[in-house]
Amino acid sequence: MKKLLLTVLVFTTITLAGVAQEKQAASGRPLPKVDIKDIAGNPFNTSNIKNGNKPIIISFWATWCKPCIKELTTIADVYGDWVEETGVKLYAVSIDDPRSTNQVRPLADGKNWEYSVLLDPNGDFKRAMNVGPIPHTFLVDSTGRIVWQHTSFSEGAELELIDLVRKLNKGEPLN
Amino acid sequence: MKSFIRIAVLAVALVWVSGAAAQNILDNTGISGSMQVDGVYYRPDDKLGITDSTLDGKVLRMNGFTEVNYSWRNFTAGMRFEAYLPPLLGYDPQYEGAGVPYWFVNYKTEFIEVTAGNFYEQFGNGMTLRTYQEWTLGYDNSIRGIRVKVTPYKGIALKGVWGYQRYYWDPYKDHNRGIVKGADADFYLNYMFKGLENSKVKLGLGGSFVSDYQTGKTLDYVIGDDIYTLTMPENVSNCGGRINLNIGGFNLYSEYVYKINDPSAMNHYIYKPGDGLYLNLSYSQKGLGISGQMKRIDNMSYKSKRSVTNNMLNINYLPSVTKEHTYYLASMYPYATQPTGEFGFAGQVTYSIKKNTKVGGKSGWNIVANYSQVNGIGKDALNDTTPVGQPGSLGYTSSFFDISDSLYYRDFNIEVTKKFGKKWKGIFTYLNQAYNRDVVEGHKNEYGIVYSNIAIADITWRMTADYALRWEIQGLWSKKAEKGYEDNTGDWAASLLELTINPHWFFAVSDQWNYGNPNEAMRLHYFNVNAGYTYNTTRIAIAYGRQREGIICVGGVCRYVPASTGVTLTVTSSF
Repeated sequence: MKKLLLTVLVFTTITLAGVAQEKQAASGRPLPKVDIKDIAGNPFNTSNIKNGNKPIIISFWATWCKPCIKELTTIADVYGDWVEETGVKLYAVSIDDPRSTNQVRPLADGKNWEYSVLLDPNGDFKRAMNVGPIPHTFLVDSTGRIVWQHTSFSEGAELELIDLVRKLNKGEPLN
Repeated sequence: MKSFIRIAVLAVALVWVSGAAAQNILDNTGISGSMQVDGVYYRPDDKLGITDSTLDGKVLRMNGFTEVNYSWRNFTAGMRFEAYLPPLLGYDPQYEGAGVPYWFVNYKTEFIEVTAGNFYEQFGNGMTLRTYQEWTLGYDNSIRGIRVKVTPYKGIALKGVWGYQRYYWDPYKDHNRGIVKGADADFYLNYMFKGLENSKVKLGLGGSFVSDYQTGKTLDYVIGDDIYTLTMPENVSNCGGRINLNIGGFNLYSEYVYKINDPSAMNHYIYKPGDGLYLNLSYSQKGLGISGQMKRIDNMSYKSKRSVTNNMLNINYLPSVTKEHTYYLASMYPYATQPTGEFGFAGQVTYSIKKNTKVGGKSGWNIVANYSQVNGIGKDALNDTTPVGQPGSLGYTSSFFDISDSLYYRDFNIEVTKKFGKKWKGIFTYLNQAYNRDVVEGHKNEYGIVYSNIAIADITWRMTADYALRWEIQGLWSKKAEKGYEDNTGDWAASLLELTINPHWFFAVSDQWNYGNPNEAMRLHYFNVNAGYTYNTTRIAIAYGRQREGIICVGGVCRYVPASTGVTLTVTSSF
C-alpha cells in the first residue's frame, strides 16, 4: 500500500509540477536583477528596465557586430512610429568589453538612435539572460516577464517583432 | 477498506499540498539555459598541407557546452558542462575531455551578494582584474572561490574576491597555480550626496587592489650554458585608481594601474615594476559622436602562474585601442595588445547627415571614420654592461612619453552607410592598415610590416518583406614585403552572396581568392557554402568548404572560425 501511495504521490507531483511549469513557460520567466551600467558608466540595476504597462524590447548588441547594428539601424528608421503606435520601449544592451565600452555612447548618439542604451562590459546580464551569439532579442511584457526571444537578424524580422508587440498589447497569444 | 480510504485521503491531501508548494516555488522560479555544439568533419586538403597523416584519424571533432541556471527568490545557481572530444583545430589540445568546469551558488539582496563557486568579475576596465569567458576563442579564466559584494550606502559598491583560476581541466592542488585575492571599491558621488542627484556633472571614483600568491622562493633560469638562480616574489600585487566624469555630452574615463615586480616567462624574468594608463575622452550629441583614446602599457602581463605564456591564467585584461573588424578581408590582420609594452592612441567620429536635406537626400547618410596607431615604447639599457631585458635584472628604463619608432599597428578606416529608396541599402568601407607581423605574431625579423589597402561594398536588396539578398565584394591589396623579409600572402579578392528568408532560413555562398600570392601554388580559392535554419532561439547551420582563420559573420551571427577544410555543423540554443 505504501508503495502505491508513493507512486501516486510521485506521479501526481510530477504531473502538477509539469503543469505549473508549462503555465510558467506560457507566462514567461521574470527578468533577472543584475547590476550593470547605464550609457554613461553609472550604476544601473536591470530591475529598473521598465516601461509603465507597455511592452519592452531588449536587444543585445555590440559595436563590432554587423548584424546587430543592422537590426538596430533598421528599427531606428521606424522606432518613432512604433513608440507612437504601441508605446513600446527598446533597451539596447551593449556587451562591448572594455576595449570598446567607451565607444558605445558616441556610436549610438552618432547613429541617432533613440533607444535606452545600457552597458554590460563583463557580460553579467548576458550570462543571466543566457545570451550566446548576438544579436539576441527579447520581448518582455508589462509584468516584467520574458515572453519571447530570438537570435540573429534577417531583413523583415523587425516586422515580425512589431506584430508581436501589437499582439501583446491586445492580450492575444503570441504563437 | 478503511485503511485504503485513509491512504487515499492522505494521498490527495499530500498531492494538494505538494502541488500548491510546487506552484508556489515555480511561480518564483526561473529556469534558463543555453547550449552550443560545433562539430567538424575534417577533410584532407593537400593545398593547405592537411593530409590523412596530419589529421591523424581525428577527422571528427566536437566542442560543446550546456549551461543551466536556476533562480528562486534571492538565490541563483548554475553550472556549465563542457565537452571537447577532441577539441576543434585551433583550440588548445589540453581542452580534450568533458566535465563541469563552472558552477556557482549565489545569494543576493540589495545590501549583500555572495557567490560561492566560479565567477566572472571585472574591476574598473579590467587592468587589475578581469575574468571572463569567450566560448568561440576557448578563453576562460574564471575564478573558483568566494566573492562578496556589499552596498553599505547608496552609491558605494565594495567587492572582494578570493580563489584560484581555471586552467583547462587541471584540478587545483599543491599550489600548482596562484591564489588570487582582490578588493575593489566604487564611489558614485551623485548617488551618495542628495543635492547632487540631478546635477549635470556626474562623478565616479574607484580603486582596486589585487594580490596573487605563488609558491616557490627561487627559480632556476637557463640561458645557454648558464643557470641563474633567481629569487621570486611570492606575492605580487597590482593596484589601480580610476575616474569616470560626465558633463552633459562629455565623458572622461581614465584608469592608472601599477604592478610591483613580477618576473615571469612573459617578461623573460625581469624585475621591473609594470604600469599602465588608459584615457578616454568623448563627446556626443544626436547625430554626432567623437571619441579619443590614449593608452600606455609597460610590462603589465599579470598571470597566476609564472611559467605560462599562452592565453590562460590571465588575472588582468589590457584593452586594445584598435577597432575590431569582422569582414573577411578587414579582419585578416587583427591586432592584439602587447603586454610587454606599447603606446597607442585612437580616434573615432560617427556622423549622421540628416534625412530630407540637400546632402542627406531622402534617407540620410551615416559615416564612421576611425584611426588608431600602436607603437612600441622606448626601452633604455640600465647601464653599459646590462643589455635591455636581461633576465634577473630590472630589465630597462622607459620614460612615460618615450614612444619607440617601432610601429606595431596602424589602421585608418571609414565606413559609409546609405539607404537607396526602401529596397536598397549599402555599406561601403575603406581601410588602410599597417600590421607588424613579427611583433604581433611573435616572429623574429621575418616578415616585417604588412601594408594593405582594403575596399568593401556590402549591398542589401530587400526583394519582398521577407526575402533579402546581400552581396559583399571585397578586395585587399598589400605592398610587397620589404627587402630581406619573407613575403606575405599578397592580394586577395572576396565575395559573398547571401539569401535570407525571414524568419527561418539563410543560404550563402562565398569565396576568398588569394590571387596575388607571390607563391603561385598558394593562389587558392577558399570556397564555402552555408545554410541555416533559425527557430526562435535555436539555430542550426551547416557549412562546407575551406575556412581561413578569422571572425566570420553569416546570416546574422558572428563567430570565430579556425582554419580548416571540411563540413561544419553548428547548433546553438537557449531557453
